[in-house]
Amino acid sequence: MFETFSYITLQEYWWIIISLLGALLVFLMFVQGGQTMLYTLGKTEDERTILVNLLGRKWEFTFTTLVTFGGAFFASFPLFYSTSFGGAYWVWMLILIAFVVQAVSYEYRSKPNNFFGHRTYETLLFINGLLGTVLIGTAVATFFTGSDFSVNKMNLTNLTGSTMPVISEWTGPAYGLEAALNLHNLTLGLTVFFLARVLALLYFMNRVNNAPIMERVKKHLIYNAIPFVVFFLTFTIWLLLSDGFAVNPQTKEVFVEPYKYLHNLIAMPVVAVLFLVGVALVLLGIIRPITCFVKCSTKGIWGAGIGTVLTVFALFLLAGFNNTAYYPSTYDLQSSLTIENSSSSFYTLTVMSYVSLVVPFVLAYIFYAWRSIDSKKMDIEEIKSETHVY
Amino acid sequence: MEQIDFSLVDWSRAQFALTAMYHWLFVPLTLGLSFIIAFMETVYVRTGNPEWKRLTKFWMTLFGINFAIGVATGIILEFQFGTNWSNYSWFVGDIFGAPLAIEGIMAFFLESTFIAVMFFGWNKVGKKFHLLSTWLVAFGSNLSALWILVANGWMQFPTGMKFNPDTVRNEMENFWEVLFSPVAINKFLHTVSQGYVLAAIFVVGISAWFLLKKREQLFAKRSIIVASVFGLLSILFVILTGDGSARTVAKYQPMKFAAMENLYEGRQNAPLAVIGLLQKNTTDGELKKQDFAFKIEIPNMLSYMAFLDANAYVPGIHDLVYGNPQHNILSYKERSEKGQIAIASLAEYTAAKKSGNDSLANTALAQFTANYPHFGYGYYVNRDMHELIPSVPTSFYSFRIMVGLGFHFLALFLVVFWLTYKNKIESRRFILYTALWTIPLAYIASMLGWVVAEVGRQPWVIQDIMPTIAAVSQIKPASVQVTFWMFAVLFTGLLIAEIKIMTTQIKKGPAQDNSNK
Repeated sequence: MFETFSYITLQEYWWIIISLLGALLVFLMFVQGGQTMLYTLGKTEDERTILVNLLGRKWEFTFTTLVTFGGAFFASFPLFYSTSFGGAYWVWMLILIAFVVQAVSYEYRSKPNNFFGHRTYETLLFINGLLGTVLIGTAVATFFTGSDFSVNKMNLTNLTGSTMPVISEWTGPAYGLEAALNLHNLTLGLTVFFLARVLALLYFMNRVNNAPIMERVKKHLIYNAIPFVVFFLTFTIWLLLSDGFAVNPQTKEVFVEPYKYLHNLIAMPVVAVLFLVGVALVLLGIIRPITCFVKCSTKGIWGAGIGTVLTVFALFLLAGFNNTAYYPSTYDLQSSLTIENSSSSFYTLTVMSYVSLVVPFVLAYIFYAWRSIDSKKMDIEEIKSETHVY
Repeated sequence: MEQIDFSLVDWSRAQFALTAMYHWLFVPLTLGLSFIIAFMETVYVRTGNPEWKRLTKFWMTLFGINFAIGVATGIILEFQFGTNWSNYSWFVGDIFGAPLAIEGIMAFFLESTFIAVMFFGWNKVGKKFHLLSTWLVAFGSNLSALWILVANGWMQFPTGMKFNPDTVRNEMENFWEVLFSPVAINKFLHTVSQGYVLAAIFVVGISAWFLLKKREQLFAKRSIIVASVFGLLSILFVILTGDGSARTVAKYQPMKFAAMENLYEGRQNAPLAVIGLLQKNTTDGELKKQDFAFKIEIPNMLSYMAFLDANAYVPGIHDLVYGNPQHNILSYKERSEKGQIAIASLAEYTAAKKSGNDSLANTALAQFTANYPHFGYGYYVNRDMHELIPSVPTSFYSFRIMVGLGFHFLALFLVVFWLTYKNKIESRRFILYTALWTIPLAYIASMLGWVVAEVGRQPWVIQDIMPTIAAVSQIKPASVQVTFWMFAVLFTGLLIAEIKIMTTQIKKGPAQDNSNK
């Protein structure tokens, strides 16, 4: 089936999968958002235990989605993997370390004789929540703002130079950390951070059976929704007004085009609709619980969650589709990565496309398994009846 | 190329080795313990005896503690290919990326979804669905091992691909050849089955501790029975697949094989040095080497082991370095000249293509294709040939200690199973102590297996095609040094926490109250 597709169709198909994984990852980072509010929302040990256990049953999905996002990006667009990871070394390393400390913190937090004490593990969860969201947002923003690198595959044949023959060379001395100093990147980073907190609050509303926590959740929903909306609008308005990195479909030459992302939105009405519906759903998911807390609070996570997925999905498509360079180089425009020049071979994309057919099946069993263990809301009694507690 | 900054390559390698070894401290236990738990729960579901549920839950707690740190140390490995080995990621990403992605899509989600049901579903889902979840966790973790070991096997024996000069990378041509390569299959079977052995030793050793303390005797003996049968079957399989792995090494990585055996002069009817001591430093022309100070040999055995033929010729390090026309072996000098031609004609091809000179491009391409099998050697023109020889003592000793320990495990499983079956195990304190102290030995054997595989293949990140010096990212050695120490401190801290938590849980023993839980 996939063999009959054209190369560009497969490349686009894989960009869609990457975009979808990226979108799911941003949504699932509600776990990270929740980790930054353990002490804000939980004032007693029991309350924090409820929150940690609620997040603890979901953290692996975020983690696995991140790992799969990385693996799928590697398999479908290896030049991105090679260029971005090797160049923006410090940003990625910090993100990774933030996730390393997360993985053990849940399991070890409440275990006796855990060497560092439970406060340390809670701090590590906070660090993961803060760095994970802000830095991933920052890194994704470079899809629109660009980085300073050059790509020359023929460096591999350079045996006479005094340095190692490396294909992708980064020109900045900060190896990626400079991205975090760019205001636009940081704006998206903070957008993701506050979005993750908002989503976490909506998730808690859906799952917690504890009145004092619910009171605080309601209050903090407003506190976090406001900065989220402000940062999100700032980034979006800037994006739609800014220059973008376009590709000439004939010559493959990359050039700067004013209002490129706005043009993309107009040129791809489906993406525009996805984006607008996504934003509307997120806002609806936030506003409804604020206005009708008692009845509507449990449903907010669905609206805002689906909305997040749609919005982020649309943003990724804006970055890569319609003759756009998704990983632009501001140092050497022609080194910019496009879905055409950075992808895997036709054969590999075909093989991977067959593999992608199991994804709906994976989603189905995740849904089924979640339903079966999340059948009722969580309170301290339930946790005390469990043998496996975080 | 004369002034390569070795500190970058060395630190990048050190970081990969550090993170991989820390990861490997936890993976084999996950691979095997998941199955042991699944067996125990199956007995519980079939018999309805709550004692078996207690057993399952105890080992499941230890599984969870170990699994968390396995996940933590694993994420770094995947991304490190990009961060520290960026040339590699482009040069072979078209092939290497696929198994990593498939691992995520097929295995990791399976594991993480059903692990949640396994830990939190006891009171919420039916017995059968819970049991299925436990089996799916075991299946998922072993499936993830399959994909990552296929990826590793491909680096040792690149197959199913073709170099595309226009994209300057290797591209996959046949997925099934990559998946079912003999190296990959042997590696997978050998590696997972040794994980089962390690987990079995872990269960036997801890159960032995309970017997020594005269606690939970029935619980301990039941655990020993399950684990020793599982361990016994597994160790036999480890020996079988180890033999198969050695044969694929002899065939596809002759230098690694020669280093494992400290074989300098190739010969027919090569004997196997079962035990040996390397001592005297000597030279053979320019080649530095170490002679045996002492050895016990089995005649013809090495030839037989490598090629199933006592008369077979096994090439030595000398033959591989200086060539041996009689056996069609090119010298390293010749190979590096050919490699250099391949690299130069690739550059010519690209230049000719750019200027539109098709006939020149075709000539260059033909020359490139003829010399491509030696591509990686091209980076070693005028360099010290010792860079192309892996550390012989490391390979030689690691291999022997690993194999020796394997036979120790076989004997231990036999004895322990027999004594438990005869209901005499609790009085044999020496055996119980031996079982307990075999736990660290299992970890050592497991780790040494990777040392043989990975040190033995140096300097190749992809056999014959890409050496480590051409695979790294362009970053400052100081940056890698900093991240190396960050990981060293972080992982060591987490390891200490893991061991403390684990031993505390073991000392606590299985839960007493089993009502409704």
